[in-house]
Amino acid sequence: MDSNTLYYSLDLVSGSGLTLSNEQKAALQTSLLILRKNYKFNRVLFWGKILGIKGDYFIAQGVSDDEMRPKKSLYSLNCVDWHLLPPATESVLVDVSVAANGRFVGDPSHEYKHTERPRQGERDAAVEEEVTIKVNEETRLAATVHTIDEEVSVVPRGAFIKSPHGLVQTNRSFEGLSFLEAGKLRCFLHFAKPQNLKKNSILEMAELDPSIDFLDPLSEDIPKGSWSLQFERGNTVCVIRSLLWLGLIFFHVPMTPQHGYIYMGDGLKNLELPFML
Amino acid sequence: MSESERVLTNQTEQSAMCFKAFMLKNSTKNNINLYDHLHRLLTKVLDERPDNVVDIIEDMSREVKREFLQDKQSMLRETPLTPAAQLLAKEQRVLFLRRGEDGDQDEELVDTPLPNVNELSFFLEQAGVGLGREEMVKVFLAVKQLVDSQPLIRCRFWGKILGTEGNYLVAECEYKETEEEEVHEERAAEEGKEAEPQEDESAKGLDAIDPLPQSNYRPPPVVPKEENHRGVNKFTYFVCREPGLPWVRLPSLTPAQITVARQIRKFFTGRLDAPIVSYPPFPGNEANYLRAQIARISAATQVSPLGFYQFHEEEDEEAEEGGREIFEENVDFEGIPVSEMVDSLSSWVHHVQHILQQGRCVWVNLAENHEDDLEEEADEEEEDPEEPEPEMGPPLLTPISEDAVAGCPPWTSKMSSTLIPHYAIAVLRSNLWPGAYAYAREKKFENIYIGWGLKFASGGYTPNIPSVPQLEYPSGPEITEAMDPSLEEEQALQLAMEEERAAHEETEGLGTDDDNEEDDD
Repeated sequence: MDSNTLYYSLDLVSGSGLTLSNEQKAALQTSLLILRKNYKFNRVLFWGKILGIKGDYFIAQGVSDDEMRPKKSLYSLNCVDWHLLPPATESVLVDVSVAANGRFVGDPSHEYKHTERPRQGERDAAVEEEVTIKVNEETRLAATVHTIDEEVSVVPRGAFIKSPHGLVQTNRSFEGLSFLEAGKLRCFLHFAKPQNLKKNSILEMAELDPSIDFLDPLSEDIPKGSWSLQFERGNTVCVIRSLLWLGLIFFHVPMTPQHGYIYMGDGLKNLELPFML
Repeated sequence: MSESERVLTNQTEQSAMCFKAFMLKNSTKNNINLYDHLHRLLTKVLDERPDNVVDIIEDMSREVKREFLQDKQSMLRETPLTPAAQLLAKEQRVLFLRRGEDGDQDEELVDTPLPNVNELSFFLEQAGVGLGREEMVKVFLAVKQLVDSQPLIRCRFWGKILGTEGNYLVAECEYKETEEEEVHEERAAEEGKEAEPQEDESAKGLDAIDPLPQSNYRPPPVVPKEENHRGVNKFTYFVCREPGLPWVRLPSLTPAQITVARQIRKFFTGRLDAPIVSYPPFPGNEANYLRAQIARISAATQVSPLGFYQFHEEEDEEAEEGGREIFEENVDFEGIPVSEMVDSLSSWVHHVQHILQQGRCVWVNLAENHEDDLEEEADEEEEDPEEPEPEMGPPLLTPISEDAVAGCPPWTSKMSSTLIPHYAIAVLRSNLWPGAYAYAREKKFENIYIGWGLKFASGGYTPNIPSVPQLEYPSGPEITEAMDPSLEEEQALQLAMEEERAAHEETEGLGTDDDNEEDDD
């Protein structure tokens, strides 16, 4: 969520229990402004926090002109000193998914090790010794933030427009979804590269507005029911929680352009989701 | 020259006229035309003179169009309303009304079980936990409503459980003893009624000619339920979906529900009467499941500073086999320094009893209870059931530093503020039950749970595999289908049979000889 409206938005998503203490909020207000100036960001998003066993990570993201371009993520342990996260490339994602498991520790230099032994049957074929994959927690953090953004970042339909040049920017004339629309999952989109948009039938495609509907709607997600949409605060705020990444909360106040998402959780994907519905 | 000029102006005028006519064409959809629209738009620009007009001209154009349309729409239909929000607002308005405006308020103020939710909210906010301030005030008012309507001697805001369609606010209460029993008896009578009709059905459906196979499944003995005010049913729990909506009392808990709840992982839906579809089947609906999870969370995560509670002195002499159950507040408790509470987990103790594998807090010997059943079945079951080892959990007020470690350390402690540690509070977070928090400062402490009501699964969750179904018939050679023999096999068999026959004849011949010899003797 935008760091400028953090105070206001944080209160709207606190229904799931986690917020920031006043001290952290105050610290963020100062440090994110400095961060924005130092890194020359267009705007700064407060992304959320990941709970570790010894300490918590606070994550911020900087946005440049194009909102869709991979954002730069930064982390902090005390809300004041920010460090840039390494980019999450394909190979990093693979390494992390193999080596890192269990809870975050809270120490960026903590090292996860995974030794892969050649399988019994292939012993004669592969003479190589054990392969050890080492990943430190900073890399894991980068990969986790990237994956969460890819899989469950949410925006309301119409909040961003794509120009003919392919530049994605905030839609200045976005006035919010109506109450009726806000109750439907198909009016909320994944804010990541579309995966199955092109697979839709022509009939469905005909109704789409190419400048607005360039993203995948949430309603197409598998398994069905991996999102929980509710109205909170006396039925006035639309709150969507991801059940795949427990801790991701999105809010939108209908009839206003206010929206945002935040992740506050332990940074683990809920792999048991199919059993739990 | 003038001639040609006139022709030229005529031409331009003509084309201008054409273009104007084109622009004046009304749209078939909304009956406005471009000429009027541009006219209005430019008037608006001249009136307002915004900066960088060219950048926002599209937005202004849309705005002008919308203004035009809104006039008409307001004639056709009323402004859309949000009935759900309004209905809830109407329900919640009751919370804000003052009740009992006469002098008898003072009496209530002296001794009320109402918890101080405001204080809880204040401390939790420092810990980075909470529902938001306004929401907490509403919760406070809702708890007050509960206390006013029920005869309680103790009440506490337990926390909130999130569901996929709705959430539950949970209050932990203790009834005044007499009132409790009345309600309990009524309930027991209802349960008795429900149980009867099931037996009749089993008598029917037996067919004399082709009897259905009888199930030889014998359910394990039912562990008796713990009575109210004891063990897992020590407290009564009330839930409500939103502040202002009615509080619903959760049913008391049976050990079977706990044991099954331990084996399944399910999200709450937010509807108390929703069925729980799972394997092993859960005895009851979501209300029972919610109650089971609340009991498990309470037992695992309710902690207090060491020394805040102490055992009742008279009880000390009693035999300790069942573990002591009653404790009281220590009047002399001075409070533990915050830094010490953060550094060592041994300064926190559990004050809710551990739930045993059996699903009860106090172990009960099942072999004794079911002696009658066992006698009947004695011929079927030859070996005597061995006297089971009594289960023992850690006693009450055990420090949390002795909690079992499975995968990750069960607790994380920290100070609420690193910059001003003088006035900070000690915050404890459970890693096994994400969402469970405790704080303590001097003589004050409190526990809260806000989360999905699920335990952290360290090794990944593997659901139970359904047990093998009973065979319809005992499997034997007369039922199992044999493979047809091949030609070679048949020939080999024939050969073998012939040889056998020949050998048999030989032995028979010998046999007769023997007989003869014997006869000779």
